Amino acid sequence: MVDKLTDPKEVDFQDREVPDETVGEIYVDNPRLTARNVNVYYADKLAVDNVTLDVGSSEVIAFVGPSGCGKSTLLRCFNRMNDTIDICRMEGVINIDGDDINDPKIDVVSLRARVGMVFQKPNPFPKSIFDNIAYGPRIHGLAKDSVELDEIVERSLERAGLWSEVKDRLDQPGTSLSGGQQQRLCIARAVAVGPEVILMDEPCSALDPIATAKVEELISELRKQYTIVIVTHSMQQAARVSDRTAYFHLGKLVEVGETKQIFTRPVHRLTEDYITGRFG
Amino acid sequence: MTNPIENGPLSPQEAAIRVQASLKKRARSERRFQYLGIAAITLSILFLVLLFAGIFSKGIPGMFQHYVTLEVLLDKDRMDPEGDMSAASLYSGDARGIVNESLMNALGSPEGRKAKRAARAILSSASASRLTEFAIKNPEYIGEIVAVKFAVDDDIDSFLRGFIARETPESDRRVNDQTIEFVDRLNQASLISYEFSDYLFTGSASRDAEIAGIKGALIGSIWTLGVCLLIAFPLGVATAVYLEEIAPKNRMTEIIEININNLAAVPSVVFGIMGLAIFIIVFGLPRSIPLVGGIVLALMTLPTIIISSRAAIRAVPPSIRDAALGVGASKMQTILHHVIPPAMPGMLTGTIIGMAQALGETAPLLMIGMVAFIVDVPGGVMEPATALPVQIFMWADFAERMFIQKTSAAIIVLLAFLITMNAGAIILRKKLERRWQ
Repeated sequence: MVDKLTDPKEVDFQDREVPDETVGEIYVDNPRLTARNVNVYYADKLAVDNVTLDVGSSEVIAFVGPSGCGKSTLLRCFNRMNDTIDICRMEGVINIDGDDINDPKIDVVSLRARVGMVFQKPNPFPKSIFDNIAYGPRIHGLAKDSVELDEIVERSLERAGLWSEVKDRLDQPGTSLSGGQQQRLCIARAVAVGPEVILMDEPCSALDPIATAKVEELISELRKQYTIVIVTHSMQQAARVSDRTAYFHLGKLVEVGETKQIFTRPVHRLTEDYITGRFG
Repeated sequence: MTNPIENGPLSPQEAAIRVQASLKKRARSERRFQYLGIAAITLSILFLVLLFAGIFSKGIPGMFQHYVTLEVLLDKDRMDPEGDMSAASLYSGDARGIVNESLMNALGSPEGRKAKRAARAILSSASASRLTEFAIKNPEYIGEIVAVKFAVDDDIDSFLRGFIARETPESDRRVNDQTIEFVDRLNQASLISYEFSDYLFTGSASRDAEIAGIKGALIGSIWTLGVCLLIAFPLGVATAVYLEEIAPKNRMTEIIEININNLAAVPSVVFGIMGLAIFIIVFGLPRSIPLVGGIVLALMTLPTIIISSRAAIRAVPPSIRDAALGVGASKMQTILHHVIPPAMPGMLTGTIIGMAQALGETAPLLMIGMVAFIVDVPGGVMEPATALPVQIFMWADFAERMFIQKTSAAIIVLLAFLITMNAGAIILRKKLERRWQ
């Protein structure tokens, strides 16, 4: 093992052969999201290469892999955030509860109400804490009156574990909170519109360890109600919060399986090298 | 394995010596740069001080002028021949004769036509209408003797200020000896006073310097700028939002962008010619009206507003757009709720700069005829008007000595208008900034 670390050939993963077939169980019994032969191109560059994967209802699945492996790109396909990038083009089929998300009959606005998203950097609106949460319900017409809106805001903040911390200062700007609180505010904001799936794109990469622990705790809480897809660079985090883990490499889905199995008995050589920290 | 430091390009001791030497050089060049900066700032402050000192030293006296106080008998029959106290009747009355008699009385009733003419040269030619207006405003004084202040003629004013010297031979100066003697007599009786000019802000364009004012031009400027703002701001912001947020990035938008940037550098007189050709000749709108002036200035201001609005929109962090789209806001909702509000202060800054430019613009207004000699105060955007900078331009062209001060006074008013406008916009901007940050 020690020899391999010093051997430059072993470290240079670019030279490794990436398999066409995904190792592990890509299908689940009760899928919420299904991706079939998904390719994503940035202009001519292939970023996601023929990925087929199911995401089950009420499970947390972690996408891991070295930078540039396409895991965030795939994540952003699930709520069509890639639409905002002019040069980005997707092929293949993604269904949510059996509905094709690219169906022209489906309004992207309603899709994003069903599939919430939490971004890498906490990005609260420069508005009050209350307005941050209330914005989604307002534009979707979720609350019949202001009493109901207050209730939605309170329940969302409670669910994000933030209510007790901010209940006395709902009128203060969301940007005045600490980084960790801001990220939980963003989670509360995603929760407020009543999504089925929450996508998290490296939600803890800008947070300190204590704030990270809180967000991870929150994810464990949220898994009871929501399907969560989380992209992370932290192996420990993937091990702590996820039920299943998918390992991506150069745009391909290399291996997917139970998190415990991936971290203890990875089947593919690339997966093993990555999770043991030999590259990436 | 050898120690890599020993094989390094320099030994640590040698490196330390060289770093020391380069440190000194760096510190020197940094100091030099600082001095240059300070020198540049000092120089520009100096120029500003010179500019303001020049304007204020000339302009403040321009806000004052000399008046003669005369005892006037407002004879009922002569002031009001019809006897109904209507304005028409008062204007047809013999106010001129009354003023002249009072003046002659004050001067001890000089004899002879020549002396009388010399005496009449003291008062402004507008004195009669000033008396009529006084009577209209104060009908209760009819039939009584009242003290009324009349402006002196601009040549007398210049003489009293010392611009026309007594020592100059009579044939070379605009005030003759007889008139000077009368002025001295009035001065001895302390009937001449130096006071804040009431013509400057209430009077309109006039060939007579002593009664010329900027009221008409100021109102004309306000109308013109109002039209300009109403057109340029929404159009500019909408263009910026479309180009920045909605339009696909292709060759077409690139060409549009380059042209907008070039438009910002087009001389303003070109916009004036275009306004003349399109709005007046093709559309048949009247000349000299604030509507056309405002449209032309709006076209000139548009590039400035568009460019700064685009910069403001680009400065809104993309993460905010992602956040809005992520909770399911549509593109328009994202733009209206999350892009425009934080960009508004920046857009306003561009608008202020554009409006300030428009306020001081003369050339395009000359082209569309807003340089006409207009005595009436414009009551709307369709009435002939002139604008402050055009008024200043015209006054600067007049030969009378007193117009020099009037010009400077008008420049001060223009600057004050500009500062008020900018201050208002800055307060608005601060308010918006506080709301969104």
